[in-house]
Amino acid sequence: MRAIILVEKTIILGGCMNYLDKLEAEAIYIIREVAETCEKPVMLYSIGKDSSVMLHLALKAFYPGKPPFPFLHVDTTWKFHEMIEFRDRIAKEKGIDLIVYTNEEGVKNNINPFDHGSMYTDIMKTEALKQAIDKYGFTAAFGGARRDEEKSRSKERIFSFRNENHAWDPKNQRPELWNLYNTRINEGESIRVFPLSNWTEKDIWQYIKRENIEVVPLYFAKKRPVINRNGNLIMVDDDRLKLKDGEKIEYKMVRFRTLGCYPLTGACLSKAQTLDDVVNETLEEKSSERVTRVIDYQKNTSMEQRKKEGYF
Amino acid sequence: MKDLLKFVVCGSVDDGKSTLIGHLLYNCNCLYLDQKDALISDSKKTGEDIDYSLLLDGLSAEREQKITIDVAYRYFTTNKRNFIVADAPGHAEYTRNMAVGASFGDLACILIDATKLMTEQTIRHMRICKMFGIDYFVFIVNKMDLVDYDEKAFLKVKKQIDDVNKELGIPNIEIIPVSAKKGENLDKSSKKMLWYKGPSFLEYLENVQKDNWENDDFYLQVQRVCRPNSTFRGYQGQILSGQINVGDILTNLPSKEKAQVKEIYVTDKKVKKASTGMPVTICLNEEIDISRGNVLVKNNNLIIDDKFTCQLLWMDDNDIKLNRNYQIQVGTKTTTARITNIKSKINLQTGKEEKISKIDIKKNDIVSCDISLNEKIVFDEFKNNKNFGKFIFVNLITNQTSAAGIIKSQLLETNLSYQKLDITKKIRATNLNQKPLTFWFTGLPASGKSTLANELEKYLTSIGKHTMLLDGDNIRLGLNKDLKFSLKDRSENIRRVAEVTKLLNDAGLIVLTSFISPFEKDRKIAKEIIGSDFIEIYVKTKLEICEKRDKKGNYLKARKGLIKDFTGISSPYDEPSNPNIIIENNEQLDKVIISLIEQIKKYM
Repeated sequence: MRAIILVEKTIILGGCMNYLDKLEAEAIYIIREVAETCEKPVMLYSIGKDSSVMLHLALKAFYPGKPPFPFLHVDTTWKFHEMIEFRDRIAKEKGIDLIVYTNEEGVKNNINPFDHGSMYTDIMKTEALKQAIDKYGFTAAFGGARRDEEKSRSKERIFSFRNENHAWDPKNQRPELWNLYNTRINEGESIRVFPLSNWTEKDIWQYIKRENIEVVPLYFAKKRPVINRNGNLIMVDDDRLKLKDGEKIEYKMVRFRTLGCYPLTGACLSKAQTLDDVVNETLEEKSSERVTRVIDYQKNTSMEQRKKEGYF
Repeated sequence: MKDLLKFVVCGSVDDGKSTLIGHLLYNCNCLYLDQKDALISDSKKTGEDIDYSLLLDGLSAEREQKITIDVAYRYFTTNKRNFIVADAPGHAEYTRNMAVGASFGDLACILIDATKLMTEQTIRHMRICKMFGIDYFVFIVNKMDLVDYDEKAFLKVKKQIDDVNKELGIPNIEIIPVSAKKGENLDKSSKKMLWYKGPSFLEYLENVQKDNWENDDFYLQVQRVCRPNSTFRGYQGQILSGQINVGDILTNLPSKEKAQVKEIYVTDKKVKKASTGMPVTICLNEEIDISRGNVLVKNNNLIIDDKFTCQLLWMDDNDIKLNRNYQIQVGTKTTTARITNIKSKINLQTGKEEKISKIDIKKNDIVSCDISLNEKIVFDEFKNNKNFGKFIFVNLITNQTSAAGIIKSQLLETNLSYQKLDITKKIRATNLNQKPLTFWFTGLPASGKSTLANELEKYLTSIGKHTMLLDGDNIRLGLNKDLKFSLKDRSENIRRVAEVTKLLNDAGLIVLTSFISPFEKDRKIAKEIIGSDFIEIYVKTKLEICEKRDKKGNYLKARKGLIKDFTGISSPYDEPSNPNIIIENNEQLDKVIISLIEQIKKYM
């Protein structure tokens, strides 16, 4: 008897919001909390699909006002050209305050993904991010990371505390109860905030489709020049990529599941040319999106290690 | 679109939490191929079999030490539902991380090792989940493979769970025998335990229907004020409950100023109405002073005060300090508060409140204490309104989140103190030559409570006892005529009746009460107020018979939808889990009365 009554009541009360609405509401709540309780927030904008969703949510959260914080892109100078064009156009169209930061010292020393391996990520991404946060004195930085992406991320709080060296201490995280977020910090410390923590890759694509959010065209399949390097299909985006013996450029129908620095991002063979195709392909996907990230597979715990050092 | 169930998995160390979830994800095809490959290759480093727990323990320290330190969140989908599971650590040292998981879940899954039974830590986890408001528990009696899938081993654990729950009072419980390692009763029914007739773990998760007894009153706690230009002023926040329409009159708390709703936006869309959970921006027709932490309501049932009494789960490595300032957060309201009085510490095994001689409260202790705030804020008792009844404490120096709290009640003026009287209950009772008792009749409407209470009173009077009968309708016509039938009012109705009963008992009388008293938690509160001489009599009458006997025609009206919240039809009745007397009132009245009189004799 009890069960039947309850079901009816649930339908009446919960009928108005579906699963995506709830994820959206949670993210907006988090974004608004940061804007109100953190002294100097910034939203990381990496130009990828998750960042596009996060930007969209920020615009919705403060409507009819504008997001009361700037956006930051850490430019390693090795991003796909299409990403940079997209970034500049979107920033202009949406009227957001975009800061682009590059570790100039790294550029001067010609730090690059071919010769320097994981040191390249440290210097051009992690170090650059830390420099930018310190330079502008940001106290909180939004990131688009999701818990379903990777094992150490699945352990992270939505409000993730960083000490004055930007380090994450996974063994001693602040308790996070309900949606009562403790944003108090001391001088020099900061908080990384992940409003998309509870979203999955599938949710992201379904939301992009529902809200008709524009994403970088690299997510859609097209004939692109690629080489096969250590089992990854790497796109030849400019002439800085030098072919090794036996490598040759082929034109293949490929798209990207994640976007980053082009020499470190593997493409996948795909025929998905429209948003619908991509959504369907994601729903049937057999491998995780991290497969296409070259650096993750260096060590089982490499993501955790980089996060401890201040990476997002 | 599929709905979402968020649940937390807890239990003692090594009872197999991570293995349970890991194996479930594996069997439900929720893993990507590369994750499966990585799992198999990682498992080979240590042994032959797949070690499913490796999927969950994501930190290097966890993998090295083979323990879970912090909560891991996992996302999976079946044909029926979306799930988010929080895998909580089992070690006592990491209890605060477990509490993080408990605050996340709508349902708690508690693992118990069939070879070891429940430990102190298991009971601690149950208690924290219950304290945080979880009402649905599924117990996994794990490692059944190690006891040869024997039913007796299962029943032993089941008995233990039932015993603990007598005190805890969790309303919805399922107990499932499982082997997480071997996958028995995990995603489908086990062939090795044919004696078990219930659902497998996954079947349970897919089909459990959660009771959403949310408050229907409209509440919005302001998160921020949106002022993009001089003409627009909107109040932003998430609707905690209820519905709002353009034109509604809202009251701002705590100031109690009123204004009318001019415009509503749900994110960037202008709408006419909005409801629970939606992120809104509300514009009012006149400018009143509203800021972050204020609460907009239609009808105010919340409390505005600067002190309350609560239960705290202490989480800080620094010990609790009396009269020191902490930051308190109740929803979006932030202010400072002090602990003015630590009344008792909860014994985690028995649930009893133990008086403490000196302040020695450490991390992971649960205490009852009084809080005094720097200003009057809006709050409510947790049992009435979860959104306004919970809070966190933050250390102002270290910025560490020090405690999670549940508000028990408003703290009335401390200059009131209990006046000691010379003539006691015992003296009055001796004078009357009887033992004061309370016979608390509970049951569906028209189950025969009033008739039986009336007959019992006649009998007691005939043998020279001094009695008083409190009847539901009569009390509602007088003392409680300001109360309606909302959940909150029903609870208040019972609380007042219990207080009156206690006074009558103090006067030496035997009291008979006849109230539907449908909720176990309210009866429990009544029992707490009245004390040990509380005898619960469950009048167990079949619903069809109640409907047939109903002279007032209320069932008929309720069936037609004319009466809202009618117990048995449109509002639930919690069967007493452990009544002193059960009366099956389906037969002839005189037989039933004789049986009732027989049964009460031993309490006289």
